[in-house]
Amino acid sequence: MNEIVTPKSLGLSREDLPNSYIGRSVPRPNVRKLVEGRATYTDDVTLPRLVHAAFLRSPHAHARIVSIDTAAALAVPGVVRVFTGADLAKVCDPWVAVLAHLKGMKSAPQYPLPLERATWQGEAVAAVVADTRAAAEDGVAALAVAFEPLPAQVDMETALAPGAVVIHPELGDNLVFTRTAETGDVAGAFAAAHRVVEATFHTGRHTGVTLEPRSIIADYNRADGTLTVHHSTQAPHMMQNVFATQLRMAEGDVRVICKDVGGSYGIKVHVYPDEMAVACMSKIMGRPVKFIADRFEAFGSDIHARDHRIKGRLAVDAEGRFLAFDIDDLTGIGPYSVYPRTSAVEGNQVVNLCGGPYAFANYRCTTTVVLQNKSPTCQYRAVGHPIATTVTEGLVDLAAEALGMDKVALRRKNLIRDDAYPCTSPAGMRFEGLSHHASLDKLLEMVPVEKIRADQAEQRKRGVYRGLGFASFIELTNPSPFMYGIGGAKISAQDGCTVRMDPDGSLVALSGVTEQGQGTEAILAQIVAHGVGVPVSKVKVVTGDTQTTPYGGGTWACRGAGIGGEAALQSAIALKEQILEVAGAMLQAQAASLDIVMGEVVDKATGQVRMPLAELGRIVYYRGDTLPKDLARELVQTRHFITKEYPFAFTNGIQASWLEVDVETGMVKLLEHWCVEDCGRVINPMLVDEQVRGGIVQGIGGALYEHCIYNEDGQLLTTTLADYLVPMAAEMPDMHVGHVETPTKESLLGAKGAGEAGTAGAPAAIMNAINDALSPLGARVLAQPFTPDRILRALGTIA
Amino acid sequence: MNRRIDITLTVNGERVSRSVDTRLHLIDFLRTELGLTGAHTACEHGVCGACTVRLDGDPVRGCLVMAASLDGSVVETIEGLSDTGEIRDLQEAFVARNAAQCGYCTPGMLITAAEILTTAPDASREEIREHISGNYCRCTGYQAIVDAVEDVLKARRTSEAA
Ligand code: FES
Ligand code: FES
Repeated sequence: MNEIVTPKSLGLSREDLPNSYIGRSVPRPNVRKLVEGRATYTDDVTLPRLVHAAFLRSPHAHARIVSIDTAAALAVPGVVRVFTGADLAKVCDPWVAVLAHLKGMKSAPQYPLPLERATWQGEAVAAVVADTRAAAEDGVAALAVAFEPLPAQVDMETALAPGAVVIHPELGDNLVFTRTAETGDVAGAFAAAHRVVEATFHTGRHTGVTLEPRSIIADYNRADGTLTVHHSTQAPHMMQNVFATQLRMAEGDVRVICKDVGGSYGIKVHVYPDEMAVACMSKIMGRPVKFIADRFEAFGSDIHARDHRIKGRLAVDAEGRFLAFDIDDLTGIGPYSVYPRTSAVEGNQVVNLCGGPYAFANYRCTTTVVLQNKSPTCQYRAVGHPIATTVTEGLVDLAAEALGMDKVALRRKNLIRDDAYPCTSPAGMRFEGLSHHASLDKLLEMVPVEKIRADQAEQRKRGVYRGLGFASFIELTNPSPFMYGIGGAKISAQDGCTVRMDPDGSLVALSGVTEQGQGTEAILAQIVAHGVGVPVSKVKVVTGDTQTTPYGGGTWACRGAGIGGEAALQSAIALKEQILEVAGAMLQAQAASLDIVMGEVVDKATGQVRMPLAELGRIVYYRGDTLPKDLARELVQTRHFITKEYPFAFTNGIQASWLEVDVETGMVKLLEHWCVEDCGRVINPMLVDEQVRGGIVQGIGGALYEHCIYNEDGQLLTTTLADYLVPMAAEMPDMHVGHVETPTKESLLGAKGAGEAGTAGAPAAIMNAINDALSPLGARVLAQPFTPDRILRALGTIA
Repeated sequence: MNRRIDITLTVNGERVSRSVDTRLHLIDFLRTELGLTGAHTACEHGVCGACTVRLDGDPVRGCLVMAASLDGSVVETIEGLSDTGEIRDLQEAFVARNAAQCGYCTPGMLITAAEILTTAPDASREEIREHISGNYCRCTGYQAIVDAVEDVLKARRTSEAA
């Protein structure tokens, strides 16, 4: 265990260490403004001379833009200006989303608005700026754009076939990226296997549906040559660099401000052409331009994800030991790789993660990433994990059936032993310390398996089909520069925190990580309060402003707590040392003999109060003349943190789902759900539980309801919340969350990420539970989402 | 083109008069004309509940009501309910349970949840879930919201019994 003082580590109670906040369920201070309607989302911001943008979007999956007639649009009352791709290209350079470490990756240059061709239905083609959004939409309706429809390449299975429509002829074909990882003797292992199971899985294309759609206000100020962007984003510093680079500005002249964000889940960490267009239009017009996507636009232009077809094989010996996994993954990513993280990472993650929880020697996995005329896909919560977990855990259940073994027993036999760390997976992932067996044990304490099996048998007699499914998983968190930086993307893996004490003894922490509802600001306040020794109510946290916070990466890939939290802890500890130095000089005591408890300097040995911090602050700021001349008195400290030993801090966990399938209607009713996860040190148990629950429900969404459905012409059919189903309260089960804590030794804090665990494991647990329910009927489903239609087809009820 | 209509109504206890575009919806009227940005839009076609406000005492979808139809109406929003303290206990329970993450759904969710506190004081968890099913939340997974509403129902029953 790392050397961080908590009441538990000292054998004390909370009351003995009142400002011990790490490991404590403190309510988030910033929820109060949310419940009173006092938050500030981007659309709540208005500025003088603000104008509103609306976009004309391509009605075709693939079409040549023949002409754009703007006359009628310009005549609409309130319309200020109309922009085409050519207009914006004058002030903005195109971008190409490839990463150097993804060998051989290619993609085409992308502009804010396309110059010649629209390549997916929903791509913004022209923009109208007006004094209200309604007038801008009137202007769009009056635009006359002539399209010449072109054949569309929609099906990813045929993207590389002879005769496929090559979406960007200059690339030669539709192959974006392919990679094979191979370890050991896969062919030999399969040849020698006692049993081989195989199946083809599909994960359905779905999207994030942030309740607050993408939102941006760009405000170019000609007077001082600066661009201020109010942006609903996860990565303000990354966007600062992107705006500056593409608009040919100095980075220091761009400021990105991000106040409250109404959900992100990975959707708001990418460069969107329509948002770049807004920045361009503001630069040209010299006034603020606002764009808020509506739901229709969100479905057609937010990134989609998880459009994969995965063939998998697993070889086992007679004792049930796993010998080899052999996986072939295919994914369609739309017509462009998305900047700057690229759309090859999801497939790459599948290669990195399949088989991840298990000990085995032989591995082969290939991903093939291809272009198609659908919305671009990119990183969405738990990137690649639900796909890898579905394949792995689906094959494990098939193997258990083939061997006639209990599904839990087979897992226990093959999960990496808890004392085997550090170790490296066949896919090359380095694990510092995981707890698969402890997590499984904990899960079995929570899930009443025997009772459930008895109920299952009883219900089956009455024609009621219930199933229990399990899914072990690993999750990649705390990414180092190995994720993006080494590939050339200007995305910081390091993060920083500045903590200062003001005269009244209150603290302000400025952090490069960001808040989108996870509770980042709350845990930073807890960590700083803990580190310095003040009540948490004395800490204010500032995030989401590139001009005031230390440079950092923002919040994604579960790095807020692990990276941003450690920077906060280190700067808090440094500030505490500085405060005690000053206090020692004032009190004629050794700094080492003093401590800070609940905002007061105390004698360490006796606990006797020597001086409130407010008194120390008063003297330092107003009566510095009374202090020794050479005394250092900077009551502000900054520290940065980056992981150095491991490319990623892996976490692990296991989920279980208990559900009922109505074999008449094909409907699935979720009865109960469990998750045990190990995210290292838990800073705020309530917030971790809520992250896990929210993540599980997004996983459930992908498993049962959510699907971006296209017809064969590349028309998206699910463009409203009435067509695209998201989980509703009545359909969701109660979810039980348990923890095992294996802190990472890379940091004092020991925290890893927790935001994606729920999403990583839930779809596989549900798939296995449905198939457990259907097993007496000889039916099986492997294509997500598991809709009534698909379940009835599997049952043979409908053809 | 678009006609304008004069309306006078009561919003959060204050009388307001405006001349509104006939195509303006209540939610946009509140947000853009009155600066009441607590309620949000997320679908603009009546599915998600983010725009829920009270109209003449009942929760409505602000994106489905035309502002021009509101002459003489009484509208209450999350800002007004926060000022009067009517749902203070519910708001406190949301804070205590972390029933709001990004908070975008929260004002609408609170107004819908407030209804069940008075109409079904004995509601079960299932009934709570059913009642709030027209309000989408993408962050929480709903359990904390159900917990918070359940806490308040219990507390109100206890205080009434006392
Ligand atoms: S915005 Fe009104 S119901 Fe969704
Ligand atoms: S808290 Fe984010 S949508 Fe409900």
